[in-house]
Amino acid sequence: MAITEPAAPLTHSMGHSMKRKEDPKLIQGRGRYIDDIVLPHMLYLALVHSPYPHAKIVKIDKTAALAMPGVKAVLTADDLAGAGLAWIPTFHGYDKQMVLAVGKVLYQYQEVAGVIATSREAANDAAELVEVEYEPLEPVVNPFDAKEDKTLVREDRENKTNHIYHWEVGKRAETDAALAASDVHMKERLWFQRCHPAPLEPCGAIADMNTASGRLTIYLTSQAPHAHRTVVSLVTGIPEDKIHIISPDIGGGFGNKVPVYPGYVVATVASVVLGVPVKWIETRTENLTTTGFARDYHMDVEIGATKAGKVTALKVTTVADHGAFDAAADPTKYPAGLFGICTGSYDFPIAFTELDAYFTNKAPGGVAYRCSFRVTEASYAIERGMDLLAGRLGMDPAELRMLNFIKKEQFPYPSPLGFVYDSGDYHMTLQKALDRIGYDDLRKEQAQKRERGELMGIGISTFTEVVGAGPSKHFDIMGIKMFDSAEIRIHPTGSGIVRAGTRHQGQGHETTWAQIVAEELGLDPQNIMVEEGDTDTAPYGLGTYASRSTPVAGAAIAMAARRIRDKAKKIAAHVLEAAEADVDWIDYKFQVKGVPGKSVTMKEIAFAAYTNPAPDSEPGLEATYYYDPPNLTFPYGSYIAVVDVDRDTGETKVRRFLAIDDCGTIINPMIVEGQIHGGLTEGFAIAFMQEIAFDSAGNHLNTNFTDYLVPTSLETPHWETGSTVTPSPHHPIGAKGVGESPNVGSPAAFVNAVMDALSPLGIKNIDMPLTREKVWRAIREARA
Amino acid sequence: MKISVTVNGTPYERDVEPRTLLAYFLREDLGLTGTHVGCDSSSCGVCVVMLDGEKAVKSCTMFAVQADGHNITTVEGLVQGGKLHPLQQAFWDQHGLQCGYCTPGMLMTSLVLLQNQPQPSEHEIRDAISGNLCRCTGYQNIVKAVQQAAAEMSAPPAAAPEPEPVPVA
Repeated sequence: MAITEPAAPLTHSMGHSMKRKEDPKLIQGRGRYIDDIVLPHMLYLALVHSPYPHAKIVKIDKTAALAMPGVKAVLTADDLAGAGLAWIPTFHGYDKQMVLAVGKVLYQYQEVAGVIATSREAANDAAELVEVEYEPLEPVVNPFDAKEDKTLVREDRENKTNHIYHWEVGKRAETDAALAASDVHMKERLWFQRCHPAPLEPCGAIADMNTASGRLTIYLTSQAPHAHRTVVSLVTGIPEDKIHIISPDIGGGFGNKVPVYPGYVVATVASVVLGVPVKWIETRTENLTTTGFARDYHMDVEIGATKAGKVTALKVTTVADHGAFDAAADPTKYPAGLFGICTGSYDFPIAFTELDAYFTNKAPGGVAYRCSFRVTEASYAIERGMDLLAGRLGMDPAELRMLNFIKKEQFPYPSPLGFVYDSGDYHMTLQKALDRIGYDDLRKEQAQKRERGELMGIGISTFTEVVGAGPSKHFDIMGIKMFDSAEIRIHPTGSGIVRAGTRHQGQGHETTWAQIVAEELGLDPQNIMVEEGDTDTAPYGLGTYASRSTPVAGAAIAMAARRIRDKAKKIAAHVLEAAEADVDWIDYKFQVKGVPGKSVTMKEIAFAAYTNPAPDSEPGLEATYYYDPPNLTFPYGSYIAVVDVDRDTGETKVRRFLAIDDCGTIINPMIVEGQIHGGLTEGFAIAFMQEIAFDSAGNHLNTNFTDYLVPTSLETPHWETGSTVTPSPHHPIGAKGVGESPNVGSPAAFVNAVMDALSPLGIKNIDMPLTREKVWRAIREARA
Repeated sequence: MKISVTVNGTPYERDVEPRTLLAYFLREDLGLTGTHVGCDSSSCGVCVVMLDGEKAVKSCTMFAVQADGHNITTVEGLVQGGKLHPLQQAFWDQHGLQCGYCTPGMLMTSLVLLQNQPQPSEHEIRDAISGNLCRCTGYQNIVKAVQQAAAEMSAPPAAAPEPEPVPVA
């Protein structure tokens, strides 16, 4: 059933908690996710995976599989090589990756062959009959072993080393000197473990090659459909006009649906070869074992400070585990993403950071998991580092932060690692959080509990993010600049459609984009339709990830709407029989200067644009805008976690968690709060439950949801939220983006809280996830 | 094997492979794609349907042939008389969904909960939906939605409360 909101038109829509326009279909089970799509004569692809993490492929025998009823083809790397698709370029183009294993397998569960059959079941059955003979090789399971180059992961590369690249930014010598000269020099190794975005809907594709028209349609779980169209064209040689990518409803992405996966490529090749649609839907095990992992940074964090607690220098030295291919999802010029944000919210006079990345026998990835390109790792490093420093100084961690925050009058603030922070008032936001949670009382309670031997902890994280990639002078992916776009068409009766180059996966764009247009044009957001994800209709954009939608596409929408308003002004002048200079946009309508009674609404102008256009203007009312952001945006927040740790079991109970976020102008408070709830829950999962782990033989230990734990409603804490608003001065509506902040900022708050609880035992650091077992062991060792 | 099942009030007779899971039977044989599939280990709950008007079952843990002679309700069967079910309305009002993938299973689990326990406590709600994973919402607004629906369903029709405004951060 179709449902319309009976509420009065909300022409002044910015800042309202308007209910979501996308919900009526989703609550009725009428969303259209990839596996809901069925095309005539469609075949199904199942993949064959390697049981070994590192092995030579001696022989692949397809005979038994091909003899199965319903099997149409079995493809291996040799078949793909015929199409020039045995290898494809990685995300930023600096490496290449196998589609199906070429000569040897480089990680457990790597895709070795694809079976195409008339049903899902037939394809799965036949996949088990593909006989692969392996000769196992020694695996390289961690980056520190990889460093030694005893076993080479990638013999195909010219450089015979597991070392991928070195990256650095800042001033090494000056930073080292400042650290050496500091009263206090804190140094600690922190590991941000390998984890996985694990959206509830796995990845999938349906490739549909129409051999008569030569047009290839790919339905794809894609967070970036235009970028994927260009990549498909570049790697296949099919002209881009002959490729149509449709990204249907997406059941969560979190960065997992940015890369190109072997299943997509094999389904496409199969459809091109067989001339019928081919569907590939990932299993949960395939999702967790082969598609884009996140993090896996081993970080040595060093902070220098005076005795009084003023920070003097920061150095972070990182060893990164990239898996078998350098497929990290980062902009071309930023191999370690935006890790340079590791100076955080603090006024460091000098800083230096460097990183070395290594190949290992693990699945490739390094995706921005609810994260703006390694910002989560950087925020964890600095926010844990500040607490470790507070411990060394014997200072309260809130006081240490207040002492070192960048002051609001220092904005725009040039950071020592090259960013220019747009705006912020860190003192105000932390003070609000401290007041609201009752910080002083909590510290008193903690002191009393410590006397009784109880382990209570309070953890703070006052992170600054960097999102909205990005300005074209710095940011591109495979050469494509990271602008975004919008096209708005206003229909004669005053309703309209907005299309953008982004693709939401639950973020609520169908609502918030309509609110921006409605606000700018004085129209009813209920009658502004939003469409994304179809490359035939939407203007070119780089997609939705890294909290870039509102900072970039949201700005494009506002600017396109303003173009429409400029044109509408001419029409208004014509309709009002006044000079254009005498017409003003006041209170969501055009009015003749000084004559409030003589006005015309945008709805009336829309009708005039098609029925009574001004003599000197084009009919119609539409506009397109490609927005190249002048700078990144810098959302921030102050988070406080309160935990109780059970001395005997190691179990942590998160008693309270308060998140005060500042994402600049808020378009829809309800949606912002929902994003924060969700991101905090993912941060909680990372802090306490989630790790993609391997044993020493390279076996993957978290292959489904019974081993890779997603928090349920029972473990998930109750979230307290709040906001301060410091608009971005360079964004047309002052918005900064919010989707990732809670996931970026919260892990350090949780870990700081647990370490604060354990500090009377002399425990300084436990790497995530803080499982009961790890905490229990640490307590036991500390007591021994 | 031949089976007879009633789904959302409509009787169906179908010939199915013995190994076909109920989830795929609903999705692929009957075209009721509101019931989703999200894992291989019966962990996620996006496939939950109501069996015989009284049990919430993960339809990936049941073969279609086991549904022979039974009555199934899926998310597509919630709208009655052109009106959203109070649970659907409440999920919408309270922002109880984001990507929507877990929503059908959440709705069906909550429906069975409210039939058994019309006025559940927050803990009872969290306990009931603990077999349904959600990656987007953090559950808090789902709990609020179930509370809203519980209030509405247990109130006499004339006195049904207006949905509460969504709290602003």
